[in-house]
Amino acid sequence: MADAASRQRAASPLTVNGFLRATEIDTRMLGMLGALAVIWIGFHLASGGTFLTPRNLWNLSVQSASIAVMATGMVLVIVTRNIDLSVGSMLGFIGMTMGVMQAEWLPTIWGYDHPLTWIVALAFGVGVGVAIGALHGWVIAYLGVPAFIVTLGGLLAWRGGAWWVTSGRTVAPMDGTFALIGGGVQGSIGAAASWAIALAACAAILAGLWFGRLRRRSFGFPLRPLWAEGVLGLLGCGAVLAAVAVFNTYPWPSRVAERWAEANGTVVPEGGFAHGLAIPVLVALAVGVGMTFLATRTRFGRYVFAIGGNPEAAELAGVDVAWVKMKVFMLMGGLVALGAAISTARLNAATNAQGQLDELYVIAAAVIGGTSLAGGAGTIAGAMIGAVVMQSLQSGMVLMGLDTPLQNIVVGLVLVVAVWVDTMYRGRKA
Amino acid sequence: MTDANATPLVEMRDISIAFGGVKAVDGVSVDLRAGEVVALLGHNGAGKSTLIKILSGAYPRDSGEILVNGQPAEIENPRDAKKYGIETIYQSLALADNVDAAANLFLGRELTTRWGTLDDAAMEAACREVMGRLNPNFTRFKEPVKALSGGQRQSVAIARAIHFNARILIMDEPTAALGPQETAQVAELTLQLKQEGIGIFLISHDIHDVFDLADRVAVMKNGKLVGSGRVGDMTKDEVLGMIILGKCPPGATPGPGALAA
Ligand SMILES: Nc1ncnc2c1ncn2[C@@H]1O[C@H](COP(=O)(O)OP(=O)(O)OP(=O)(O)O)[C@@H](O)[C@H]1O
Ligand SMILES: [Mg+2]
Repeated sequence: MADAASRQRAASPLTVNGFLRATEIDTRMLGMLGALAVIWIGFHLASGGTFLTPRNLWNLSVQSASIAVMATGMVLVIVTRNIDLSVGSMLGFIGMTMGVMQAEWLPTIWGYDHPLTWIVALAFGVGVGVAIGALHGWVIAYLGVPAFIVTLGGLLAWRGGAWWVTSGRTVAPMDGTFALIGGGVQGSIGAAASWAIALAACAAILAGLWFGRLRRRSFGFPLRPLWAEGVLGLLGCGAVLAAVAVFNTYPWPSRVAERWAEANGTVVPEGGFAHGLAIPVLVALAVGVGMTFLATRTRFGRYVFAIGGNPEAAELAGVDVAWVKMKVFMLMGGLVALGAAISTARLNAATNAQGQLDELYVIAAAVIGGTSLAGGAGTIAGAMIGAVVMQSLQSGMVLMGLDTPLQNIVVGLVLVVAVWVDTMYRGRKA
Repeated sequence: MTDANATPLVEMRDISIAFGGVKAVDGVSVDLRAGEVVALLGHNGAGKSTLIKILSGAYPRDSGEILVNGQPAEIENPRDAKKYGIETIYQSLALADNVDAAANLFLGRELTTRWGTLDDAAMEAACREVMGRLNPNFTRFKEPVKALSGGQRQSVAIARAIHFNARILIMDEPTAALGPQETAQVAELTLQLKQEGIGIFLISHDIHDVFDLADRVAVMKNGKLVGSGRVGDMTKDEVLGMIILGKCPPGATPGPGALAA
């Protein structure tokens, strides 16, 4: 104890090592943010200054949302030493059922644009997702069929199912309220609300640091130096405020703004109406916070990690391993439904090809974000950053005019290299 | 010291289990009274670990009966065994390598706050306390247990078994990886738990330890019980004869695995 305390005191803010030790910042996370910065700056220079613009970053945030939501679930799936190859096909199938629900079934009951349509369709989709996940999870956990095979079957079966719902017909448009989940001008909350959320997030970060410190002190555990707490608070709040500042400088298209101002009897202010945070981004952030809570603060999360570390030990300790695994797949199904809602709402249509290759992006996001394929290790935040990395690569390449086959080659290479780097990193630590 | 006529805390009757064609445990009966240490002996692969894993719910038995306090006990999985107050230190330690000592200590029985969330601080505090008793030099509370030494990992496994007020404690080679000081600490702890009226099954290859700690021994060979008896009624050489040759001495009660005299 005394020795820990002296080590803490010795940690000086002036050396890199001392700084990292005192703030307890994960070097792995730092490395990932560094890689993201390199990708962003690289594309910015290579694309002649079009990447790091409010418009592109805002689009990037919206495009990442669906993959990010699903990646949070994939983390838990991979942590328990499983895999889910069926998420892309599930997304197609669930998106289709939600589309048919709101565009064809519900209107026959209560007409178009009923205020309950979006929520009923969404709840139905989530229900379907959880049910599919339960089926996968049951076969995997209780019948003992490997997840690779079950979800490979799912990859084929649910894509077939998506076609079957409407015999291949595309369903459009979505319910007006439902479409807001996809973002766009209406599906963004504007400058004022974005600032309010940013301030609330800052308050939450500071309160979290403060209460964490109080709690550790009440048990007499070693504390971080005060300056380190300050730096963490500053970095956290700074990142939140900077992101919102960028989103708030991306104005609505001027024609849309003028029309809206006219209809509402006002004038377009200087600089136009700001987009602010998009609803899908808010959904993804909320999922990220919720899933982090689940993974780190609840028994369920503890069991998920323990099972990944040593399934026999978890079983011997009295954990109901099969049931936990089944729940992980149910959660994955529910999150795929949210991803499907975002993606169908953004497209304002449900097609039977929707979500193709998403399983690869989702798995890549989780793995790039530090989830170990050997199980037992991974973070939700890492996977969400991984989703942004994947999306940055893709939209950067689109911006530079690379064609799809070349994009696929690059993404494939990046995935392999990322896992190789991760393997080396773990090898060095072990 | 213990009343031979009282109902045994645990009675395992005619237990058998086979893995494929291998009869790992074959018609073994042992019992254990409160405040008693019963040593299970036998060469490698004799079936000791398998027998106690049946008691701890890790393996389903093929046949036989388990009674706790004279009542038939239904032990289908480790959760059931814990409900009967059976705690186990496994030979393999059975630790989740990727989480820290406190998380392992409380695995399956986490402390939670008022809101149902994990109370990591309280668990760490309890872990510091129990580890302080077992292994006072232990300070690496924040690290995943894979970063610990073999002996430190063993201390964590022992801490887990003694922290939850076991009534029946199973120790499968609990000191195999420990240094002399920690081994002495575990021996002292064993005697202390025995004083508290806990029944202990001790598996060990160290015949001296066994004679120091145990009240009775039961010897297995090739899955069968050679015999059992009080430590005072046998010499160390006789016990070694049981282990190696399967020869049951006059001081012990022969089992189905004893050499025909
Ligand atoms: N899960 C299993 N599957 C197949 N065979 C097993 C299994 N567990 C144990 N066995 C076999 O059962 C027999 C008894 O093993 P057990 O682990 O009980 O021996 P032991 O007496 O504990 O030996 P040791 O002193 O080496 O720990 C061995 O032949 C072993 O190979
Ligand atoms: Mg053994």
